[in-house]
Amino acid sequence: MIAADARVILEVQNLTASVNGVPILKGMNLTIKAGEIHAIMGPNGSGKSTFSKVLAGHPAYEVTGGSVRFEGKDLFELNAEERARAGLFLAFQYPIEIPGVSNAAFLRLAYNAKAAANGQDELDPLEFDDFIREKIQVVEMDPAFLDRSVNEGFSGGEKKRNEILQMAVLEPSLAVLDETDSGLDIDALRIVSNGVNQLTKPDNAVLLVTHYQRLLNYIQPDYVHVMVEGRILKTGGKELALELESRGYDWVREGVGV
Amino acid sequence: MTGVAVAKAADPFIQGLLTGHETLPAHGEVVTRLRTEAAEKARRMGLPTPRDEEWRFTNLAPMKAIAFTPAPVTLLNAPNLERWTLPEAAGHRIVFVNGVFAPEWSDLEGLPAGVTVRPIAQGTNAQDALVEAHLGRHARFDSSVFAALNTAFVGAGAVVAIARHTTCKAPIHLLFVTVGGTEARALYPRVLVVAEPLSSATIVQQYVSLNDGVCFTDAVTEVAVAEDARLQHVTLQDESRSSYHIAHTAVSLGRNAVYGSQAITLGAALSRHDLAVRQDGEGIDCTLQGLAFLADQQLADTHSTLDHATPHGTSRQLHKTILGDRSRAVFNGKILVRQGSQQTDSQQSSRNLLLSEGARVDAKPQLEIFADDVKCAHGATVGQLEPDEVFYLQSRGLSESAARSLLTYAFAAEVIDAIPVPTLRDRLKEEIMGRLV
Repeated sequence: MIAADARVILEVQNLTASVNGVPILKGMNLTIKAGEIHAIMGPNGSGKSTFSKVLAGHPAYEVTGGSVRFEGKDLFELNAEERARAGLFLAFQYPIEIPGVSNAAFLRLAYNAKAAANGQDELDPLEFDDFIREKIQVVEMDPAFLDRSVNEGFSGGEKKRNEILQMAVLEPSLAVLDETDSGLDIDALRIVSNGVNQLTKPDNAVLLVTHYQRLLNYIQPDYVHVMVEGRILKTGGKELALELESRGYDWVREGVGV
Repeated sequence: MTGVAVAKAADPFIQGLLTGHETLPAHGEVVTRLRTEAAEKARRMGLPTPRDEEWRFTNLAPMKAIAFTPAPVTLLNAPNLERWTLPEAAGHRIVFVNGVFAPEWSDLEGLPAGVTVRPIAQGTNAQDALVEAHLGRHARFDSSVFAALNTAFVGAGAVVAIARHTTCKAPIHLLFVTVGGTEARALYPRVLVVAEPLSSATIVQQYVSLNDGVCFTDAVTEVAVAEDARLQHVTLQDESRSSYHIAHTAVSLGRNAVYGSQAITLGAALSRHDLAVRQDGEGIDCTLQGLAFLADQQLADTHSTLDHATPHGTSRQLHKTILGDRSRAVFNGKILVRQGSQQTDSQQSSRNLLLSEGARVDAKPQLEIFADDVKCAHGATVGQLEPDEVFYLQSRGLSESAARSLLTYAFAAEVIDAIPVPTLRDRLKEEIMGRLV
């Protein structure tokens, strides 16, 4: 939902970044306002995932130039956990497993870390239990998953649903979904997308990073950006995704003379 | 084999440890005979050195510089043991303070019929069939100076017996408390567990310190699990960082027995656990799990021997270490599949997590297979916390230290979760998470 007077949540200017000394991002520019859903599409190796990890603060990615402001603050002044507590959320392509730590306990740790940083009340296990039981409906999750170890033995689809559950718990102002649709069957895709749609509000924003147009049938973006070789080469509406699906990426490259 | 035969004069360190051995209170013929034999053996042995293959990575020299004397047989006024008692084991607890049975701290009121938990020594004249049949039969003392020393002082310690067809639902808690004094003290706790056919029980054997006085615990545990019996055996060594703890556990398993062991090492400056399991019947199912969680300059050495002496045996062994600061761990896991022990199914895994650059582990799996129709696998890994995993948790708002402690706990969880006593699991979780945050 585009509103001209909405507040700017994320402002990326001429961002460059490297991994192990190899430049991957070569001048990213992107502005995301409250209420908007953006999609970044691009071929493999275009730097989509790097961009999402740089935003979230992965230590292996070195920012070499440019700036990112998040909610008015210099994002690079914050470490990964501070970004999370400030309202930035990254749904991982490959969520990790944490044996021996129940999903409920982990979600409560995350919730309370953010609550404490923002001067809100932390929840004890009983209070959190009421809170989480409501949230799991967003991703149609069986309450039994709350007692299981985080992601341990979860199917690919269950892990992705768990990511969206974490998003529901943390209520970020910007959620970056990194290839959340990859490896999902059609039912899981529907559930995950429904979850994201329920969580999208006028005061927050979503950035979908995806390889395929399929996801965008379920989550309708306001903007589609085409990323090639570390930069956004073209921006359009949701119809651009369909065009990419039928024509591939080469014409975008050629169109701007890359 | 541990220890070296010394032809000439007795080792003064051993001699010092044996001081007072002659004046132990008498406890029946079997005990007296064992003590005399074992003291004889001990006198002819010296402390092992890194030249002994079995002690290559564990140097006892720092211990040798300390003059240990047998701990005095005096009980303390009201030591507060509450932090170690387990609600699950109410009525099933026997406590030894400096090796002496402490009836006022024990609580054996809840034992079901068929379950015996008592001190080994029961007076001079008692006819003691259990002791006669088992004491000194499973843990041999002719090749280990520490087993010999323990046996030379045998008497203090616990007998646990589960009668035929008896199921003891609540865990049986054996709590050994050391109390240091101005002088360095040596203690010789002994445990004998006899699970008769078709019985089932859980035992928690715990070693703790009441203070930081220097103590040397020389422990020997003998376990006999008869045919079709099940025993779950948890050992937790959490003595003070100024302690030395050397333990032998010898386990004999009968046909179709099920034995599970979780051996947790948290304490002591230097500790060693020799675990010898012998499968003496067909169809035995044996699970051995170990976990050492160390910091500072602690050293923990586990030497295990799993002897598949009979066919159709299954064994699963997992040994994990978590090493911080400049701590060190040693794991030597020997699996022996004897000729004729066909259809043996054995897996061994050693996994080690180094939390700092100064930490070190020496892991050595050792498979000796003399049968030709068996399934055996082993592996060892050494690693650090994955940066991607730490990042994942940080991206959920957890601080880096909280992320690391959670992942460290997750590494340990596989062993801790197998402990069938919730209070103990929770305490271990708190210990590991608390020490790191």
